[in-house]
Order: sequence, then C-alpha cells, then structure tokens
Amino acid sequence: MSATTSVDTNKSSAKGKRKKSLVELLFEGRAFFALIAIIIVFSSMSPNYFTINNFLIMASHVAIYGLLAIGMLLVILNGGIDLSVGSTLGLSGVFAGFLMQGVTLPQFDVILYPSVWVAVVLTCLLGAIVGAVNGVLIAYLRVPAFVATLGVLYVARGVALLMTNGLTYNNLSGRPELGNTGFDWLGFNRLAGVPIGVLVLAVFAIACGILLSRTGFGRWLYSSGGNEHAAELSGVPVKRVKITVYMLSGVCAAVAGLVLSSQLTSAGPTAGTTYELTAIAAVVIGGAALTGGRGTVIGTLLGAFVIGFLSDGLVIIGVSSYWQTVFTGAVIVMAVLLNSIKYSRR
Amino acid sequence: MSSNALPGQIGDVVLAAHDIAKSYGNIHALRGVNFDIRRGQVTTLFGENGAGKSTLMKILSGVIQPTSGTIVLDGKPVMFSSSTDAREQGISIIHQELSLAPNMNVRDNIFMGREIRKATGVDFAEEERQSRTLLAELEEDIDPLTLVEDLRLGQQQIVEIARALSVNSRILIMDEPTSALSASEVEVLFKVIRDLTNKGVSIVYISHHLEEALQITHHAVVLRDGAITAYAERKDINLEWIVHHMVGENFDLGSPPTDHTIGDVALRIEGLTVPDPSGADYNVVDNFSLSVHEGEIVCIYGLMGAGRTELLESAAGRLSPSSGKIILKGQDVTGRSIAECIRNGLVLVPEDRQRDGLVQTMTVGSNLSLASIGAITRAFFTSFAREAQLIGDAIQRVHIKSDGGGAAIGSLSGGNQQKVVIGKMLATDPEVILLDEPSRGIDIGAKAEVFKLLAGRARQGLAVIYTTSEVGECLSIAHRIIVMRRGRISAEFGPDVTKEQIMAASGEALVTH
Repeated sequence: MSATTSVDTNKSSAKGKRKKSLVELLFEGRAFFALIAIIIVFSSMSPNYFTINNFLIMASHVAIYGLLAIGMLLVILNGGIDLSVGSTLGLSGVFAGFLMQGVTLPQFDVILYPSVWVAVVLTCLLGAIVGAVNGVLIAYLRVPAFVATLGVLYVARGVALLMTNGLTYNNLSGRPELGNTGFDWLGFNRLAGVPIGVLVLAVFAIACGILLSRTGFGRWLYSSGGNEHAAELSGVPVKRVKITVYMLSGVCAAVAGLVLSSQLTSAGPTAGTTYELTAIAAVVIGGAALTGGRGTVIGTLLGAFVIGFLSDGLVIIGVSSYWQTVFTGAVIVMAVLLNSIKYSRR
Repeated sequence: MSSNALPGQIGDVVLAAHDIAKSYGNIHALRGVNFDIRRGQVTTLFGENGAGKSTLMKILSGVIQPTSGTIVLDGKPVMFSSSTDAREQGISIIHQELSLAPNMNVRDNIFMGREIRKATGVDFAEEERQSRTLLAELEEDIDPLTLVEDLRLGQQQIVEIARALSVNSRILIMDEPTSALSASEVEVLFKVIRDLTNKGVSIVYISHHLEEALQITHHAVVLRDGAITAYAERKDINLEWIVHHMVGENFDLGSPPTDHTIGDVALRIEGLTVPDPSGADYNVVDNFSLSVHEGEIVCIYGLMGAGRTELLESAAGRLSPSSGKIILKGQDVTGRSIAECIRNGLVLVPEDRQRDGLVQTMTVGSNLSLASIGAITRAFFTSFAREAQLIGDAIQRVHIKSDGGGAAIGSLSGGNQQKVVIGKMLATDPEVILLDEPSRGIDIGAKAEVFKLLAGRARQGLAVIYTTSEVGECLSIAHRIIVMRRGRISAEFGPDVTKEQIMAASGEALVTH
C-alpha cells in the first residue's frame, strides 16, 4: 500500500504500451527476488535458517535497521541525507536509561521516577528535537544536509557519552514499588507470537505508507524531492516539509533506540554506531534515488530485510564477520548499480 | 595565432553544413539546415528563441551530434565527437554563459586543460608569456595574473576569445556575446572581431540585438522553427528584411478577445523596485507601476535582462522587492509567500519549465494537482476522487495530449509539458495569472493553442500578464503591450502597434519612424 502512488504510475504507463517482459519484472522487483534468493540459499545451507523462530529473531534484528531506514527514506525522498540517526539512536537509549534511573531535582529535593510511558514519550520528543535541529540547520540556515547531520552525529554521540561518563546503564527494569517497570516489554514481549519490535516496525511502516500515498504531505514530500523549485512555485511549503522529515527521522531513530536498549536490557552511549550507513544502504537497496523524489516504503523494508537476513544468515552458517562486511558492501554496490541503470533508462 | 597566416582567400567557404537535422524524441530542433561559413567574414544567425540557433552552433562546435546531415570542413567531410575534437580542428565556441573559472587567474584560464608541461610540472613562465602576447594582439590591457573574478564582464569575454585563439581557432562561434556588455565594451569587441577577420578568422555571430549585429556582419542567415528561411549578404538587406523573415507573416496567434467586458482592477503593481538578486548595485526592476483589469490581457515585451522575470517573480512572492506594493483585488499582498499568493488567486507560470515548472519524477496527473493538493486535502487525507476529477478536468481544459494522468512527464512534447505547467496553475482557480515567456521552446501550433486558452480564460474574467521576447507574440491576444527596458516601462501600446515601434522602444533596433 505504501507504494500505491508509484506502482500505479508504472502500471498505467506500461499498460498503455505493452505487457512487461519477465526481465523487466525481475528488474522491478529486484529487492524482493534478492530476499527470496537469500532465504533459499541459506535454507539449503543450514537447517536452522528456515524456521519460524529464526525468522522472528532475524525480524527483531531487522526492526532496528527498518525503523531507522523508514526515517531515512523520508529524508532521502526529500533529497537530503541524515547521518545523525545512529547517534540519535544511542542518545535516545541513554536518555531513556537516564529517566529509568530516576531524575534528581536538587532544588526541590525530590527524585522523579517517570513511568515507562512517560519515558517513551520524552525520548521520542528528544528524537524530534534532534531532528528539528537538523531541519532548521538545513532548511533555514542552508547548511548542506551532509554537513549538518554529520555535525549532529558527533554532538549527539558526545552528549550521550557525557551523560553516562562513558558507562552503560545496565538496570532498566525499574522497581515495582515505584511503578516504573515494564521497559523490557518493547524488546522481549510478543503479541500473538510476534516480537513487539517487529510490530512497532510494522506500525511505523504502515503509517509511513499512508503518509506517503494518501496525504497531502506525502505529495509535498515527493514533489519537493523531485524538484524543489517547481514545488515551491506551486505553493508547497518546502522548508516546513524539510524540517518535518528530519523530525520524523529523529523520532524513528528514538524509537529504534528504545527497542534496541530494551532488547539488550542496557543502554550504552555507543549503541547504534554506523547504523546510519546501514539505514542508507537499506533505502538504496530498496530502489530509492539519492537525488530525491523516488522511493517507496515497501522497497525500503525489503532493503532492510535483505541486509538483516543476509548478515544473520552468514552468522548462522558460520562465516566470519569480516566476510559479512564484504558481502554487505557488495550487495549495496550492486543495488546502486541497478538503480543507476533503472533511472538512466528513463 | 599571428604565426600562422590562414591559407585560402577571404570569402571562400571554409565550413559547410549539409542537411543538418537534430531531433529530441518528437521534437525537431533542426530540420535539414544548409549553412556556409566563409573565410575571414562574419556570418550572423538571426532567429527567435527556440528557432534552433543554439542547437546548430552546438552541432558545429561538436558539443552535440546531429541526428543526420554532414559537416564539410575545407572540402573534407568531418565528424566532431566532442567539443575538444572540434577545437583541435580549429572551431571554438564562446557560449552565452562564459565558461571561465572565476577563482583562477587569466593565464590559468587560457590554458585550462591544455597546460604547457615541462619536466618539473607546468611551465607557468611560458604560459604567461603566450598569454601576454595573445592579450596584446587583442589590444586589451589585462595582466595574465589577475583573477578572472576581478575582471569586468567585457574583459572576461576577451579572455574567452584569447583562449579560443590560443588553440589557433579558424572559426569562432559567438553566442550572444554582447548581451552583458556595456556600449564601450561592445565597441572593443567589434574592433577585435574586425581584426580577427582581417587575419582570416571566420566568425559566426548570434545576437538578439539586430541593429548591432548589422554593424558587424557580412552575411545574414535567418532561422525559424529549425529551418533556414532566408539568406542574404549584408549589402542587400536591412532591418525590416530580418524582422520580416524572423517573425514570418503567415502565422496567426490570435487577436485580443473583445466580446467581453473588461472589469475592475485585478492587480495593481505600485512603484515596485527589486534589487539585483546576485547582489550587484542596481535595480533589475526600477519603480515599476502597472494595473491590470479583470478579463484583460497584458503583454510585457523586453530583451533579456530587461527585468521581466524579476518583475513577475517579485509580484508572485518568489523574490522580495525592496519597495513598492502589490495590490490584488484591493488587498495588499506585498511580501506574502508563494503559497499565500496562490491561495489569494495570484499565480505564476515560470519561465524555465524544466527547472521551475515540472517535477520530472512524478506523473502528469500529480504535476497537475500539485498546486491544488492543499485545497483537496481534509484532515490530512487527500481525496483521490476529487484529485482524479481535477486532473481529468485540467487535461481536458488545457488540451493535454497524453495517455491520461498516469503518463510520465518525459513522455510529453515540450508544448504539452508547458500546458501541464499552465494547467496546474489554472486548476487553482486564480484571479490573476502571470506567465513568464509561456511560448519558450514550444512549436507554433502549441503557441497558438496556449494563447487561445489564455484568451478563453480572459473572457471568463481572468487577468493575464505574459512576457515575451518575440515581437510577433506581442501582436496576438494582448489588449495592451508594455515594453520594458532596464527595469522600467519604456513604452505602452495598444494592439494596433507595429513590430518596428515595439523593437525601437525596447532598445533592440534604432529605427526612426
């Protein structure tokens, strides 16, 4: 559903002329077929791969990248880039951990123990604020997105390290008498057998799909990424759109940070280092154009699953983690290569 | 350059183009052009925007390759694979936008890409010596070690010429070389051109300043819609001859609609002043005042740099004026954003549809509904039904030939793309529409259709302002013709004006009448 706009386009324009050939079909759905291929290959190499339980475990790993990638997709559709998401993830985890330890207010001589829901909301707010800083720097102060978010990458990571003095919050479970237990629910519980993290990803993906395909904002985003001049002259509030996408990206990173620290039952200031690159890779593998204006949620999700299932598969069959890095890199380059073939043909 | 005296006689054909055609998809930029360049003489190419002058020059200089046709250089057929290739065979082009690196000095610019090497690197001393010789030959007192950004535009042009000469160019193509020059700089340039021709260099010259071009040229070639419509030697022609062949007689772009009543003032521009956007110390629009009524069509004619674009863009909220007021239906909209102007009923169709008009990554339908998307969105969600209806209406009303709203923008011809941009703005139901060169780069048929469409909407009470740099288009649907020159109104005419009067007022031609 997320892909409604562009899929419709492809269908109707192709229908007029001729049916798609098999080659074109394979090409259009390349991320999907890549995922199928990965599943087939690893299932044949390890009996442990093709099991419901393993898929759920892998999916909960994918949830982290997937959440970051959805936020990244919005930014990339706008023609920008957000390098700060990995750091925002780390900072958010630490911030949530900090809230769970209790906030001391010396002037009132009290220690506040916010309930888990309050901590979650405040953490999302923090993500939105970090995103707003990115957005204002880029939209109003005209700092190139790459530089602005690179700066925020360092600042956010630095703040996370300062908050904990480089240490990790190991106790996130809260205390029953204070009523702030339940932080592990996000990472450990399951609804109908599906990990909460995966459900969170699904909810975010669906919401983002609706945002892109059914709302005026979605159209504004595609148009300002496709041609900012034309969008602006058509009355699209391009600056507001820009700030909004970075804020949404920040919120996605914050949620990913919550899920990750809940899964790990600890919040470390170095969590999520280089995750921004994985998120970008997922978006690109999913067929989005880094120049903006093209890309879908379904593609991005497939991209995240390709990366997640590939690296977990390599672990399961016992390939060294160094080779994982090499394989992931090769997949990214392949994907970009195919994208450039696709867009140059138009 | 001085070292090789060019062989052959003045006036011999040095380069001949035979049946050159160039098409981009369905668009035929050139249709079978035959064209000679003669040794040591100036050949000027006249033609309106979109006539194919620049395309032809790009083909002759190897920047693009023709779809069909041959180029014969010194009696031998040649193929230029790139502009470097053409340059090595003695053909250089000086583009309208100068291609100098402003952060480097004159010497480095002249030898850019062809640095003289020695064992220890670049031989700067030799480069400097040659630069001095070249500039001395051009009788221009420029130190080769000056940064290009510190030079006046006229001097930068001379540097471009020096660079072309440094590769022993025999044929020099100049695309609108005087458009940014002051009168005295034009004199210097013309002196340089005369010296060059005396040395046997052939010049191909393109200019919109017809009178100016007539001072320097030996041959006149007129292009229209991708074909050559007339050729003559300088002694046989005058300005009327050029205008006549450039504009043509036989096409009808309509006449001002008269069977409706002109209403109240729809848009009033009062003393609008806009400073130069690049920060130069002058006003591109200078204390400009104009009132346009409901149902009235006003044409603003002016040369490049007259301030037309800046006038429309500041009226529609894209540029901010330094002073003046924009009154829309009695309401002050000065300083409002583009979105607010659109909501209030004041819309702009920009000049460059690729850059400012269309979102290439979206479909025809999404482009058409883009400016109205806010109006059909309720509580976040866009009504697909209302959008489909809006798109259907727009396609029908502006007659877009396309496979429906789902077609890709790139599949449309230039004229239909332009109709998409106009249709997008008309779909917002405006009171006043500003169109910046709506006919740029579209063929005659599409032009006539666009004008017919505008005339039809004017009958329903829409106020229309359009700009043009083609005289023929002033004398079509406009009730009033405003001639703009250096940011001011230099003349105002009714629909019964002649082409010569308009051109005289724009500073294009110094015709007495």
